[in-house]
Amino acid sequence: MLNSLINLDRRWIFLAMLLAVAIPILMQVTFPEKVSPMVINVFDAVENLPEGSSVLMAYDYDPASAGELHPMATAFTRHCAFKKHKMYFMTLWPAGLPMVQQNLDILNREYPEYEYGTDYVNLGYKTGLEGVIKLATTNLREIYSSDNQGTNLDNIPMTADLKDISKMDLIINVSAGTPGAKEWVQYASTPFKIPTVVGTTGVGAPALYPYIPNQLVGLLGAIKGAAEYEKYLIGQYPELAENPSAQEGLRRMAPQMTAHVLMIFLIVLGNIIFFQQKRKGV
Amino acid sequence: MKQTVPFLIASIAGLLMIAANFFPFSQSWGEVTVKWFDILAAFAFIIGGGNLLKMNLQKVSERKAGWGFALVTVIAFLVTLFVGLGKVGTHPLADHPNHPWAAPYFQDGSSFWWVFNYVYLPLAATMFAMLAFYIASAAFRAFRAKNPEAIILLVVAFIILLGRTSAGLMLTDWIPDNTEWYSYLRAEKLTGVIMDVFNLAGNRAIMIGIALGVVSYSLKIVMGVDRSYLGSD
Repeated sequence: MLNSLINLDRRWIFLAMLLAVAIPILMQVTFPEKVSPMVINVFDAVENLPEGSSVLMAYDYDPASAGELHPMATAFTRHCAFKKHKMYFMTLWPAGLPMVQQNLDILNREYPEYEYGTDYVNLGYKTGLEGVIKLATTNLREIYSSDNQGTNLDNIPMTADLKDISKMDLIINVSAGTPGAKEWVQYASTPFKIPTVVGTTGVGAPALYPYIPNQLVGLLGAIKGAAEYEKYLIGQYPELAENPSAQEGLRRMAPQMTAHVLMIFLIVLGNIIFFQQKRKGV
Repeated sequence: MKQTVPFLIASIAGLLMIAANFFPFSQSWGEVTVKWFDILAAFAFIIGGGNLLKMNLQKVSERKAGWGFALVTVIAFLVTLFVGLGKVGTHPLADHPNHPWAAPYFQDGSSFWWVFNYVYLPLAATMFAMLAFYIASAAFRAFRAKNPEAIILLVVAFIILLGRTSAGLMLTDWIPDNTEWYSYLRAEKLTGVIMDVFNLAGNRAIMIGIALGVVSYSLKIVMGVDRSYLGSD
């Protein structure tokens, strides 16, 4: 028994992981979530703004991290739409533009009263990493002369009088790395005292904790943060309960749970084998 | 000359950025420097693309190990570049019916949109998802409680792994959620303590250390003490 476990083909582990993830997805299982105070803080930062506030939606992620970050980005977009906030979308990631577009598609599909140019605008992608943030906070026109479709900012009602982003009421940043949350904190939130909330990956979240609560109001960490935000959002706006695409994060928590439990089982099993070998002097 | 000019550019740009932060009259100089940086960053994409082509075409022409993958990379790069720059499959906008090129390259149904949604997006997600399989295999073979440090790491890993899912909630839901000390044994609270206390302190120390290192290294570059970034030629 011990020998067969020592020489266990790793493909069995791959198969176990496949089943641990696939079964909850196929069975569409969901588990209860408890909303943490941190997520409530993030929610309140959006909720407590007066209706029609200006919110910068900086979505700095790409398809590789979309599995973890897209549900929280869509939850933020829906929440801002419910509050009728004016949304300014932008991204510092080359592959982030289609991610922004998918959020705009949600506005077009689910909030038809939302009008491009008066309720939301897509500033698109610009090269220059944190340099873009630095310029956008002091002189937006130096870096953005038009929106993503090439329309001059002077011809868009929302941006006609917008000189820089320092007067934004809130920055919502969904960040998968660099440039991302850290750069927004360093070049926009802190120097211009703009309230900022962040959604980030599980790997990236621990490094952002030192910024809370002074530089960041709060953060959503990984799919767990997204699931809790979705649950709280549905609690406040029950009409979302009928919308399956607004519960993507909640659905993804089930495979995450089974995968985590499998990981713990494998670590324990590996250690049992290790100590058995040690005892036998192998 | 090959080293002096780049050094002068780096040094002057660095000094301007420092000055822009301390002297209000020089703020616009800093903005100009950042603008130049943004323009240079755009050119870096062209250099990057050229380098990708050069490296991979060399590999293909010399039939080095894995040249087939290099060929796939070159073909994928050229096809994506062509459909993106050529705006293949886009339809003229209602506002500009006579200017088909005015349509955005990422228009719904365009070739670039198709490549992104049905090739790049699933491939990128797959690469990321495959980590789960390798982490599981590595956890089974390498995560051993060999010494006290490893035991602490294991215990913390278990708490976080459970605390970041509903499993932790289900396992410790029987513990009353009040202000007594034992309520901190609930998975979500235990995870919170680890993240808000131990992780926070550790990360803050790392962050301050890195910041001091960045300041010191930046000064070395501006002063010309460290020129290793210019290469060895």
